[in-house]
Formats: sequence, C-alpha cells, structure tokens
Amino acid sequence: MKKKEFALEVEGLTVSFDGFKAVDDLSFYVDEGEIRVIIGPNGAGKTTVLDLICGKTKATSGSIRFRGTELTKLKENEIVDAGVGRKFQNPSIYENLTVFENLELSYPKGKKVFGALFFRRDQEVIDKVREVAREIFLEEKLSMKASLLSHGQKQWLEIGMLLIQDPALMMLDEPVAGMSVAERKQTAELLRRITKGRSVIVIEHDMKFVEDIADRVTVMHQGKLLAEGSMESIKKNQQVIDVYLGQ
Amino acid sequence: MKTPALASSNKGFALNLTVLLALLVLVFPSSMDIFRLNMMGKYLSYAFVAMGLVLCWGYGGILSLGQGIFFGLGGYCMAMFLKLEASTPEYTASQTTPGIPDFMDWNQLTELPWFWEAFKSFPLTLVLILLVPTVFAYFFGLCMFKRRVGGVYFSIITQAIACIMTILIVGQQGYTGGINGITDLKTCMGFDIRTNGAKLFLYYLCVFLLVLAVLLCTWVSRSKAGRLLVAIRDDEQRVRFSGYDVANYKIFVLCFSAFLSAVGGAMFTLQTGFMSPSFVGIVASIEMVVFCAVGGRMSIYGAIYGTLIVSVAKTAISENFPELWSLLIGAIFIGCVLVFPKGLAGLYADHVMPFLSGLDGRLKGAFRGAREDREAQIEALRDVPADKVLLGVPPQFLSGDGMDGIDDGRSLS
Repeated sequence: MKKKEFALEVEGLTVSFDGFKAVDDLSFYVDEGEIRVIIGPNGAGKTTVLDLICGKTKATSGSIRFRGTELTKLKENEIVDAGVGRKFQNPSIYENLTVFENLELSYPKGKKVFGALFFRRDQEVIDKVREVAREIFLEEKLSMKASLLSHGQKQWLEIGMLLIQDPALMMLDEPVAGMSVAERKQTAELLRRITKGRSVIVIEHDMKFVEDIADRVTVMHQGKLLAEGSMESIKKNQQVIDVYLGQ
Repeated sequence: MKTPALASSNKGFALNLTVLLALLVLVFPSSMDIFRLNMMGKYLSYAFVAMGLVLCWGYGGILSLGQGIFFGLGGYCMAMFLKLEASTPEYTASQTTPGIPDFMDWNQLTELPWFWEAFKSFPLTLVLILLVPTVFAYFFGLCMFKRRVGGVYFSIITQAIACIMTILIVGQQGYTGGINGITDLKTCMGFDIRTNGAKLFLYYLCVFLLVLAVLLCTWVSRSKAGRLLVAIRDDEQRVRFSGYDVANYKIFVLCFSAFLSAVGGAMFTLQTGFMSPSFVGIVASIEMVVFCAVGGRMSIYGAIYGTLIVSVAKTAISENFPELWSLLIGAIFIGCVLVFPKGLAGLYADHVMPFLSGLDGRLKGAFRGAREDREAQIEALRDVPADKVLLGVPPQFLSGDGMDGIDDGRSLS
C-alpha cells in the first residue's frame, strides 16, 4: 500500500493520435478536497487530460485511478457513476430544453430507460432544481429555453448541471472563458462555494483567477508535465516563465 | 411555475384527441362508402409507423429508413396465420399435398415448414406479431448503438436491411409466397374478413388501436425518457457525461417504433387481405418517412394527418398518372426539408395558432395590452444572440445560438 491515499492518481498516462503524443507519460496526484489548476500554452494537452479522465478519449497506455477505481476501462456513464463530473470548454447544454429540464436531466435519479419512463417530477426533484438554480443565478429563468440564455448564463447552467450530479471530483474546463468582468466575479464566488468538500481540477488561462482559487498548480507543455507546486513557486519557475507566463 | 404550462398542454392534448376522434369516428364513416373507408383504414395502419418515427426520428434523431421491415414482419406474421386458416384440406383438395398453403404446393413443398407451425395458434400469432419485430429491432439496435453507429451510417444500414429482407422474401418463394406475397386470405377465427361488416369492424378496431398508440406515444414523449431523447438528438456526448447509457435509450426507442409498426402491419394485412414484399422494401420505408416529415416529425398527430394526406394524394395521383408519383413524392420530401422542416404541425403552430389566438385576443379586447407586453418580452429575448453578434462577441461563443429548434438537419449527422 502507498503511504498516502490520493483521490485521483494519474500515472504514466499517454495518448497518441496517429503517432502524435498529445499527452506523454503524464503523472500527477490530486488530494481529497484539493483544488488543482492545470495551466499551460495552447496545445499543451490540458483538455485532452480531462477527456482521458472522463472517458471521452481512451488512453493509449497508463492508468487513472479514482478512489481506487480504475477509470480507463469504464464507459463514460460509469465514470460519472463513480463520481466524476465534467464541464466542457464551450458550454454544452441541451439547447432545445428549458433550464429546468436541463437541470432535471442531470439529477442523479431515473438513469435507466425504465427508470426514466416512470420518473416522476416529485417535490424533492423540484426543490433540488430550485436550490441549484438559485445557486447559479438562474432561478428566474427556469422555464426559459436554454438556447435563449446568454453565453455566461449557459456557462452557469452547465456548472449547475454538474452541481446537481454532486460529483466527488469536479473537472472544469475554462469556466470563466468569454464572461464579462462582473460575471467573472460572480463565477469565482460561485466556484469557491461549490468546490468545498470536493476534489476539483480546473483548466484556466486567467492568472488572476488561478491565483484566487488554486491550492496547487500543474503546468503542462507539449503533453508533458513541466512543473508542479504552489502558485508562488510556479511564478518563480524559470522554465514556466519561458514557455508560458512570459514577461 | 410548471403548472400553467402543464395545464395548457393538457388542454391542447384534449383538443387534439377530440378533433382526431371526431374525424375518424364521425366524419369519415358518415361521409365515405365502405370501399373508401377501408382505404382510410389501410392508410391509418401506416400511421402507426409514422408515429413510431416521430419518437425515433423526431425526438431521438435516429432516422431509420427501414421501418418497412418491422411493418412487414408484423404484417407477415398476421398473414401467415390467416393463410393457414384459409388453407383447409377441403379448400386445397386439388393440391398434391392438401392442407398447406397453395404457394408451397406450387414450389414442391410437401410439408409445412417448422417456423409456420406456431402460426396455427391465434394467441401465439398475436404474441409473435408484437415480439418478432421488437426482438429483431432489439438485436439490430444492440449491434448498431453499442458500437456507436449513428447518423447517416445508421440510415444506410437500415436501408440495406430493408433491401435484404425483400430479396430474402422474394427468393424463398416456397416459404414466403415470393414476390406475390401471401394472398387469398379469407377468414380470421372463422369471421370472413372480406365482408363489408368485417371491414367496418376492422376500421374501428384500427382507430381504437391508433388511439391507444397515441396515448402510449404521448406518455413516452412526455416522460423524462422523451426529454432525454431530445437531449440525445441535441448533444449525445453531453448525455453520456450526465451519466446515461445513450445506447440503451436508442435501442429502446427503436424497439418502441418497431412495436408500433408491427401493430400497423398486422392491421394492414387484416384490412387489405394480403401482404407482399413491396411493403417491406426501401420504397415503402422511405414513403413512411415522408409521411412523418410531411406531418411534422415532432408531432404525434401531425404524423397521422401527414400519413392520411400523402396517402390520399398518392392514390389520387397514381390512379391518373402512374409514372408521376415517384417523382412527386421525392419533390414533396425535398420541399418539406427545405421549405417547412417542421411539417404541417409546424405550419399549424406557426401560422394557424397565432391567428386563432389573435382572434381570441380580439374577442377578449381587455387582455390585449397584457398580451402585447408579453410578446414584446419574448421578442426581446429572441434578440439576445443577435445583439451579442453586434457587440463583437466572437462567433464560437454563440455556437448553436441561432439554430433555434430542430430545423437544421442535425439529426442526420
């Protein structure tokens, strides 16, 4: 047995697309309750790492263990059942359904076909949807079709869809991209509230935002791990300055 | 906040069902002779397929171009039973082997093939009518959807299977009746199905089953599974990451549509007194998709009206200009996709309903102000994406914004 139990253990993770290694022998560990931010230049393989963890992309080699469960062999929905939730870079929501329905579908009940056929919208579901909607500033918009929301609101909705799943590991890909300054601030507060008691992996370019929320930072470059540590140490790291942070 | 919406949709449901029932139970029987009514009954048996397509294609985005397979399987199961009943030893006394269907005798078969045995029993036949197509759809869906075959690939494969099925039926003449199909059906459990009285009874039976099918489809489309199907059509990947096994839902909706098609197929056989491979193949299957597209692929009632209108047009036109029909049905399909992608139901919702509610509004002049306010609010919301473009938000942030609805053909890809 290892000395320490991590929530997420990524070891020797490699994926190659026609010979190009988007992620190359990557290893990192995330603690229970830790907020980890992954940064790096475009094409460093950050999003691919999240794709690998949530099962969207299959790893060529290496292992991903979450609380002792090997994720690389599981299907996407089984990974969700294991407690891993993912928010995508472009808001990915159900445009033709209302905000309420978007959240309701993400509610972890009635996931099997017959469960869904006989699913009843009981008070418990309504209350939970309301509660999450209040959290993500969309309580007034519950009956609105999701395609009519603004970009920032769509981002919030997707965070809400994640929140209602109540995952133990939350992965957020650029949660504040494309948001106004005011929305950004609201989102930072929101994330601070909802990340309590979970492990979180965030990809973000906004350094101010990263400094705000990160416990530890992982820097990736060309599919490999470049540096890891607190934001303070990362900012002083000469290699990181050279490839990413610049002057 | 949910209750008013639900109440109004229940009102719409009651109204739609009443209009449909009035048309099928009162208007048609009172205005048509038994020959025309029997034709309507025949068209209504196609409507089962079109309704299945509403859920499968309209909701789930799975375009099956092989629904004729399921319609045909249901129809053939019924026809096999009726054929055995018609092939009494007395009636077939002149055959080399009396007591087996005539086409078997012509093909030098001397005993009934094993798979025909089950169709000697009526209850077993009823079970098989529903079971054979559904189980077939299940295994077909399992092979396709678990391997994530979707979009046009799926459509092409369904079409190939429809083609294979036709070739199989035509080729195995001794077992299936070949290109002529199974003909000369006479009685069902001793009742002559060719009499006017029987035709009238079968018409009402068809309407009754159709109403049951409408209720079943409404229930599915309003359940969480119905919303999930829409979500799967919109963004299959996202549904997976909400923790659903997408393949199971696709298999379910394919089986459901196969089940409905089978009922339609059986009713078709009963009402026309024969079944042939021409209702199984590619052309028949695509016609069924056209019924659904013309009616509006998101509307259960639209599918029924679409089927009736296109079928009546087909009969009228092909009686007078037999060559013209295949060109015309192609033109109708293209026209539907290009000009009114939501079909008749969409035209009704976009033009007739606002007109009616406008009329309603003028009658209740007092509420006019409030209505206009609400419309202005809705308009303001519609403008959101456009404003954002003007403000210089890069287009990738607007992905999907302007594509309000189902009319962009994404279900094909």
